[in-house]
Parts: sequence; C-alpha cells; structure tokens
Amino acid sequence: MTLQTDYIGKPTNRVDGPAKVTGGAKYAAEYNVPNMLYGYVVSSPIAKGKITKIDAAPVLALAGVQQVFSHENVPHYAFFDRSYQDEIAPGGSPFRPLYDAEIKFSLQPVALVVADTFELARYAASVLYIEYEEVAHETKLSQHIDDAYEPGTGKTGYQPPKSRGNFGKGWKEGVAHVEAQFSHHAQHHNPMENFATTVEWLGDKYLNIYDKTQGAFNSQLLVTKIFGLSKEQARVVSKYTGGGFGSGLRPQYQLLLAVMASLELERSVRVSLTREQMFSFGHRPETMQHVALAAAADGSLTGINHFAVAETSQFEDFTENVVGWSGMLYDCKNVALGYRLAKLDVYTPLDMRAPGAASGSIALEIAMDEMAYAAGLDPLEFRIRNYSDRDQAQDLPYSSKALRKCYHEGAAKFGWEKRTAEPGSMRDGNLLVGWGMGGGVWDATTKPATVRASLDADGHLTVSSGTNEIGTGTYTIMTQIAAESMGLPIEAVTFVLGDTELPESPLQGGSWTAASVGNSVVEACAALGEKLLKQAQKMDSLAFKDVKIEDVQFANGQMRLRSDSTKAMVLRDVVQASGEGKIEAQNAKEKSKLAALKPPKYSMHAHNAVFVEVKVDPDLMTVHVTRVVNAVAAGRILNPKTARSQVLGSVVWGLGMALMEESVMDHRFGRYMNHSLAEYHVPVNADIHDIDVIFVNEEDDKVNPLGIKGIGEVGMLGVAGAVANAIYHATGKRVRDMPITVDKLL
Amino acid sequence: MNSFTFTQAAAVDAAVREKASHDGAAYIGGGTNLVDLMKENVARPTHLIGLKKLGLDTIENTPDGGLRLGALATNADTAYHPEVISRYPLLNQAILAGASPQLRNMATDAGNLMQRTRCYYFYDLATPCNKREPGTGCSAIGGYNRVCGILGTSDSCIATHPSDMCVALAALDTIVRVSGPNGERTIKFEDFHRLPGNHPERDNTLEPGELITGLDLPKKGFSENFSYLKLRDRSSYAFALVSVAAALELDGNTIKDARLALGGVAHKPWRDQAAEAMLVGQPATADTFRRVAAKVLENAKGYGENTFKIELAKRAIVRALKQATEMKEAVDTNAFLNSNP
Ligand SMILES: Cc1cc2nc3c(=O)[nH]c(=O)nc-3n(C[C@H](O)[C@H](O)[C@H](O)COP(=O)(O)OP(=O)(O)OC[C@H]3O[C@@H](n4cnc5c(N)ncnc54)[C@H](O)[C@@H]3O)c2cc1C
Ligand code: SF4
Repeated sequence: MTLQTDYIGKPTNRVDGPAKVTGGAKYAAEYNVPNMLYGYVVSSPIAKGKITKIDAAPVLALAGVQQVFSHENVPHYAFFDRSYQDEIAPGGSPFRPLYDAEIKFSLQPVALVVADTFELARYAASVLYIEYEEVAHETKLSQHIDDAYEPGTGKTGYQPPKSRGNFGKGWKEGVAHVEAQFSHHAQHHNPMENFATTVEWLGDKYLNIYDKTQGAFNSQLLVTKIFGLSKEQARVVSKYTGGGFGSGLRPQYQLLLAVMASLELERSVRVSLTREQMFSFGHRPETMQHVALAAAADGSLTGINHFAVAETSQFEDFTENVVGWSGMLYDCKNVALGYRLAKLDVYTPLDMRAPGAASGSIALEIAMDEMAYAAGLDPLEFRIRNYSDRDQAQDLPYSSKALRKCYHEGAAKFGWEKRTAEPGSMRDGNLLVGWGMGGGVWDATTKPATVRASLDADGHLTVSSGTNEIGTGTYTIMTQIAAESMGLPIEAVTFVLGDTELPESPLQGGSWTAASVGNSVVEACAALGEKLLKQAQKMDSLAFKDVKIEDVQFANGQMRLRSDSTKAMVLRDVVQASGEGKIEAQNAKEKSKLAALKPPKYSMHAHNAVFVEVKVDPDLMTVHVTRVVNAVAAGRILNPKTARSQVLGSVVWGLGMALMEESVMDHRFGRYMNHSLAEYHVPVNADIHDIDVIFVNEEDDKVNPLGIKGIGEVGMLGVAGAVANAIYHATGKRVRDMPITVDKLL
Repeated sequence: MNSFTFTQAAAVDAAVREKASHDGAAYIGGGTNLVDLMKENVARPTHLIGLKKLGLDTIENTPDGGLRLGALATNADTAYHPEVISRYPLLNQAILAGASPQLRNMATDAGNLMQRTRCYYFYDLATPCNKREPGTGCSAIGGYNRVCGILGTSDSCIATHPSDMCVALAALDTIVRVSGPNGERTIKFEDFHRLPGNHPERDNTLEPGELITGLDLPKKGFSENFSYLKLRDRSSYAFALVSVAAALELDGNTIKDARLALGGVAHKPWRDQAAEAMLVGQPATADTFRRVAAKVLENAKGYGENTFKIELAKRAIVRALKQATEMKEAVDTNAFLNSNP
C-alpha cells in the first residue's frame, strides 16, 4: 500500500499523553463507584497442602466486615474445566480461586475479606485465622529434568519445534564445536499498575467491570462462562493499562473474586492486589537449556542442537517457543530441537515480553559467540556467513527480511570494525571494555479485528475497537492511521478502545495489535468512504455521479476526485445532508478471518541486531552497559517516536534480564522471597546510558496491506546474550547463568 | 496493617511521657521504614507519636568545633548542608549513596539509625525469623542469604544493618544523644547498634522509651582524604552488598590517622579499630591496604549465597583506601566513573 503519509510514519506525540500526566487517565482501581465495598485477598503461606480450618467468626464480628469468602462458602458456579479456560488458557485444568481446600502454590488466594473500607478489609485479612496441613512440595527445576515431558499443543499458536536433517551427521562434519548449558531464573512482569478490578453492581446481575487486563473481551469471556452471565450483563471496560508485558493476557484471579463478591453481596466491589501478590501468578518460566553447535572450516554451521526444559504448574501445560528460533535465525541443514516441561508446585507461567524467544535467544546468541571464537571469526562476520535467506523451519520464503541491513547499519553506527577480538584487549583507562552482539527473530502476526468508523455532522471522526492500550501507543497510532485514511487533521479524530461494547478485537499481545487493528482501521475507513460517496451521489452533485471509490481521494476534510481536485465536497456537508447526524461503517471481520485461515505462502518475521558495550572494573568486577545500538527490521514504522520507545524499553528489559532481574525462590518454602520492588531489581535510570535505535528500511507488501510487523517485542531479542558476550569480551569470563551479578564474575 | 492513633508531640519530654503511657506506641520520623513494616504487619504499633514538631530538625555548630545534627533533620537536608559538604564530605557521600531522592527527602537522621534490616525473611510473615519472632528460627541460614552478613553473625541471626549513612557516622566517631524516662544520656556510635548474639530482636542499645534527639559529629571530619564506596546490584535504589567508608589523615605518603568502617556485612556498621591501628604509620600503598583488608575479613564467615562478599569486601577496602589516598577526582560512590587509577 502506498501512502501519502501526512501522519503515518511521522513522529507523533501520544494523544493520551495529557490525560496520563494530569491524572485524567483512569485505571481499574480508580473508578470510585458509589457505595462500593473493598475486598482484600488472603494468600497462602505454604506451597502445597490443604486448608484444614478457617475461623472467620472473630473477623466477621468486626463492625464493617461484610463477608469472608473462602472455599467453605463460595458456591461452585461452574463445574467443567472449559468454563475456567480463558481465550489463551494452555492445556490442563485452570486454577479455580476459592474452589476447594487444596493448596497448589505459595501465595495462592485462600480467602477474600470484604469490608466497608480498604483499611478494614486489609486489617481483617491480616488476622483471619487459617490452619493448613502442609505436604512436601517440589519447586526445583534442576531436580525434574529427568521427568520432563513433551507437551501437547494445548496452547493456541504453540507448535512443537521441528528438527530437520541429521544433527549427528552435522556434528561430525564440523571442525569446530561448542556445547554448553544455560539457565535463568523465573521473572515476574511487575508492571507499575497492580492488578485490580472494580465491579459496579447495576442491579439484577448487570455489572460494569473495570478490569486491569490486556484484553477486555478475554475477561468478559471468562466471567460469562464461569458465572453464567450474558455479555450484556458483564460489560468489561479497560481504558488504560499501567503496563502489561503479558501479565494481563490471562485474566487474573482478582477479577473472578471481585465478580463473585459482587454477585453474592449484590454490591459494587473492588479487589486490588498487593505488590507481593503480583508474585502469585503467571511469570516467565525458569528454563535450563543445552546448546551444541558445529561449524565447518569456512565458518558455516553444520549442526545446531538446542534443547530446553521449562517449568510449568501441576495443573496446566504452559508452552512457549524457546528453541524454535534456533531453527530459523541461521542457515543450517542439520537441526535438532527439543522442548520439555517439568511440573512444579508453582502457578502456571505466562507469556512475558518476547516469551520463549527472550529466553532461548540468550542461549543461542551466547553459543554463537562461543562458536565465533572457536572458529576464529568475528562474531558479526560469523553470523553473516550463516545468513538464512529462506525460512528453513517452515520451508517458505520470507515476505521480507532486512536483517542484513540491521547488521550493517548497526555495526556502522556502533563502530564495530574497531573491535579487537582478544578478550581483555580493549581498555578505557583502567576499565575493561567489552563489545558483544546478538540478535533475533520474532513473529509478525496479523489477527482478525473489527473496527467501526463514524463521522459526525461536525466532521469529527470517531474510530473504535475493543482493543487495549498497555502503554505501547495504540491510541496514538490508530488515530494516525484513521486521520491518514480519511484525510482529516489528527485533532478531528478520536480513537476509542477498551470496552466490550465496541467492535471485537484480539488480545493486546504478541506485537500484533498495530498490524491487526491498524489494517482493520484502514478497512473500516474504506467502508466509511464508500458510504460517504454513496451519500454524496444522492446529493445533487454532478461531479460525483458515476464515480467509483477508486476515483475518489480523501484530503483536507474533503472528498475529491483524483482526476480533478477542484471537484470536491466537504465531508461535514455530506454527513449533514444525510440527516442522520452521523455516517458509520464497520470492516468485515469475516473477510480477515478467512484470510487468516489460508495456509501462509510466506514466512513473516521481524528481526534485529544489537551491539553492546560494557565497561567492567577489573578489580571489583562491577559491570556497566555504556552503549547499545539496536537495529530493527520490522516493516513499516507507523510512529517512529512511540516505536523507538518500545525498542528503548525492550533494551532496558534485556539489560535487566542480563544483569539483575530474577525472582528468587527459597525452595524450602517453595516461595519467591524478593517479592517487592525494592528487592526485585529492574534497571533504574542510573543504569541506562546511550541507547541508539535504528529502524532499517523494510518494505513488505505481503505481510499485510500496511506492511506492519509489530515492534513491542523484537527489540528485546539478543540483548541479554549480547551483554553476556560483551562481558566475555571484556573479562574472558563466560557466564551462562542469568542474571550476571557481581558474584558470578569475582 | 492495624488501626492506630496518632499524636504530634510538642516537646521532647512530652513525647517520652506519651510513649511511656501507651503500650505498643512507636515514634515516627519520616515513616519510610516504619509505614512499610506496618503494611507488611511486621510492626503493629497501636499508637504513633509524631516527632516533626519537636524542633529537632536543625543542624548547628557545637562549641567544641563539631556539628550537631538534629534527630529530625532529613537525610537530604543533612547531606546538602554546607557544613556537611565542606567539613564532613564522607557523610555527604554516604547519605547520597542511599535510597533515592524521594526517600531521602522524607527520611530523618534518627530514623536512618533505627531502620530495620532488609533480610527478606524478616519482611515475610510466612517464614520463621528470630528477629521478627524470637525463637522461631533463622530462615536466612541455609536459605537465600545473598543480602546477609559475614562478620559478627550468630547462630540466631545473620542479618545486616542496611544503612549507608551510619557507616560514615561510625567512621567519624559520632555521639548519639538520647532522652528517655530516666533523663538524657549519650551513646558512642560504636555502642549504639549491637551484634545479634542470642537476641537478634534487639537492633541497638536504646532503652525502652528512649528518643534520639541528635547526633554530634566531632571536629575532625577527614575532609581531605576520604571515600565512601558502595557496591550494589544496580546503580541506585539498592542496598549495599558491601560498602566501605574510608578516611585518612596523611603526612606525605604516610598514614597519620585512619578510619575504616564497612556496611552491608554485619548487624551493625562494622568499624574495625584494629585495622585502623594497622594503617597508622604505614605508607599509603596498595600493599598496606591489602594487608589491612585481609585482617578485616580474617574472621569473616560466608553462608553460601553471600560468601562472595568476603572477597568483594577485601577488594572494596583496597579500592576505597586507594581512592581516599589519591583523591583524584570527586569520588564516585559507584566505583565506576572513577575507577581509573
Ligand atoms: C526502597 C528503599 C530503599 C532504601 N535504600 C536505602 C539505602 O540504599 N541506604 C540506606 O541507608 N537506606 C535506604 N533506605 C532506608 C531509609 O534510609 C530509611 O527508611 C530511613 O532512613 C528511615 O528514616 P525515617 O525517618 O523515615 O524512619 P521511620 O520509618 O519514621 O522510623 C524508623 C524507625 O525509627 C524509629 N524512630 C524514628 N525516629 C526516632 C527517634 N527520634 N528516636 C527513636 N526512634 C525513632 C521509629 O519508631 C521506627 O522504628 C531505603 C528505604 C527504602 C524504602
Ligand atoms: S538473618 Fe535475622 S532477620 Fe534474617 S531470617 Fe535470620 S533471624 Fe530473621
């Protein structure tokens, strides 16, 4: 699609910026509905066992405490597992809060205390007497490698990794070999906004549900299934989400508890979780990985073997693509891939920014660096020699792939050619300097979405879709696309989202929102254009009489002939003439659904290459990442400003993963112990120095009409591996267990 | 958090009386530690006594040439006080290495002395902890003790005192002024915090009901040769894995007087006077520093996850003494921007 680009591709400020900085943007726990009660969750101190006694009487005796909910008094609203399965539930039996006496993981919700004030509910929760019978739990992944199993394809989109060729043969053909083990701890998303739900009781089981989520429709689906409500009864609203990173892809238990309490008490109820409780649900699973590479004398890879074991809960098989990328990123005939799960007494893991790829790319990219040294090649040159021009995993051509440009432009900007290979050979004064690189590949997905476009008699365009804004810039880019499509100034366009009463959109995740909703905005605007033309033709304007939509152009608030721009009608006049007050149109979901079902003819992916400089104090072994250049090939960039922010954030995430971020489990208690933002370390401003983001030019007319690939995750790939590689280059120390804290370098 | 009552005390003796007359009362300064502990149900005071109206937020010169820090002066006001910057730059650096600007704006100097350990188990009621609940056991031993101590630990507790400011105060021979039911007294900084022994529930030697009113810094501030070096998991907003306050008085290259204290390694700011004595009369060289560092850590004991601190502390001592000797540039507490020789 060629565009005139008044707005698309231009750096545009966030349209929701003023609301956010003035407090006008409301989050789930900020809807103060009248006459509301407050629920506070009591969490299990043990990891496994059962509740043997709950003595709620003293708590119920406190004036202002309305109810103590637990498995003893919460009705079983639904019986079958499928009622508890949200849109992306992996295979298994989802956790049912307050359903029975069984404890399956530490911090499991065991009771909900509901009171007139938050403070009272919190206090009452702290003194509620509960007795437990503990049984031995298993939380150590390393002790369950042997009983790990190959999971089924229960989770939507999950495909088991496919091996090809003969790795054993490839291994023998190689003259250089690398074989190593990699590991990292679990991580929790920890968005700033804690999970919360405010349920407004409207009477007769009609609810307005303000939920923290990455998908209002997913929350609605689960609520209607479990509680037997109609969609009209369970309206879910989520206008702003204070960070998601995947944590809001599955509805969290506070939603179900708030709805349950509201239905039981016939009152409005809010339930918000504490920071500690943010460690009680899905997380990036811990993995242990093994990578073996073999290369011929010319540096071409003759064999790749990547095997990973990841944790999951006892009740669901959470799967992600950890090793599949290793069969794609580099050219190689003989690839052996394996992925297994081990069941532990933890909550089911959950997609977390670049799920699978972020973990897998650490192992692959460190191993590639090791192999570059083993083969005596520069790490960049080694990657270029193994460039994959065709997706060998799916055996398809790429719709577009500008990774080569990422390598070249990134390296040039970084000054990579000045790198000397020998570890410890570069210095800045007394400091050791290390340069490392990495990169990755990520799916470019487009999902069916529906959008409505409505032009009113004042010439204001309202475009709406029930998608979500998790801080990525959805409000802004959709406004840009709509303004561009209808030829209106950006101020004349409003994009509305986050409400199940709007046209349906997929979950906000997988970096697919820009492509899915964006292309649907174009379709909806096109449909609106046709209606406007029809209306114009009803009016006594000769110029538009037998004109087809292709002959018409929308610009400056007008509809005009492409052949003669003086023949124009003001859009506002067209709407006014209709006498309806507005003209609106919706794109056809069925069309995009059908398109999504066709077997793909192309492999559609975004890529990146990242270059990192670290400086390491040779005595104290403190590491600082002083420079990062991240070159990204992700198709058309809708808004370089918000896109850059996405990549900056991804780099910061990668640095955190490399250097400090981990949920530390004490296996004696089966409990994450650093459950606060003081002790769960993510980078602070002082850790972040120069980050340069390059978007290389990548035109793609096959991926989707707008040529968008999505930008929320690809920027994170290879970052942690590149940091590890830079540290090796600086110090000669190869650390394969993330995060690389100072104790591992001393 | 339980419900509580609150009074804003108008005078020191009134505050002390108020405390004595309420079971379960607690003083509150900036609340940056106490309120967190209340939210976690670790502290459950039923009555809070506010101290901000006591007029103890001043910083003044004392007749003997020292400086008196009011107990309620904020960490930020203390760090940026001109007398502190010019005469006690070690203290300025130590304070600024701690917490974040927002926290330092709220936190008071007395509160900083009184802040409790950051041992993970102390904060989590689901786990045993002798400091929180005497007799239940120490979860950090045999558990996740990366943040715990290596010096002066006991079988009942291996927690650290987390302050940065106090490490400098220990090095500078500060006197703690307190008022209590039995009148006023002073406590030498070294004697203020205690080792865990069999009573880890007691962090310090303050008697019940006693109120800190001020901190007296002696005249000697070591403003010529000093360094506060803090090593941590990220560049700000993280407690010290190991920190070192080093101060020297030099005659040419010979050490005339020395102060050396460590943070992040013990139940109290770990000042080592034997090591200081070893430094005196010696040339200020890496060799001297290494010998002293070995001496300081001679009896250190690692508990697995935190064993690396022994080696890290040695290297940090050498670096801090070197920085104090050379005073090349403004010393960076991060050991980073200024780690060039
Ligand atoms: C996330 C985070 C990070 C931090 N990082 C650091 C760091 O890196 N380095 C560091 O040094 N500190 C750090 N701190 C701790 C901070 O310095 C302390 O919380 C602060 O100094 C406490 O002072 P306050 O006035 O707020 O004390 P409060 O919370 O008000 O009180 C703390 C205790 O002192 C008692 N108390 C207060 N005043 C008196 C008095 N006059 N007499 C007797 N008892 C009194 C109270 O009863 C209470 O028990 C951090 C804190 C947080 C929350
Ligand atoms: S080290 Fe001290 S504070 Fe930590 S668990 Fe043991 S007793 Fe408690």
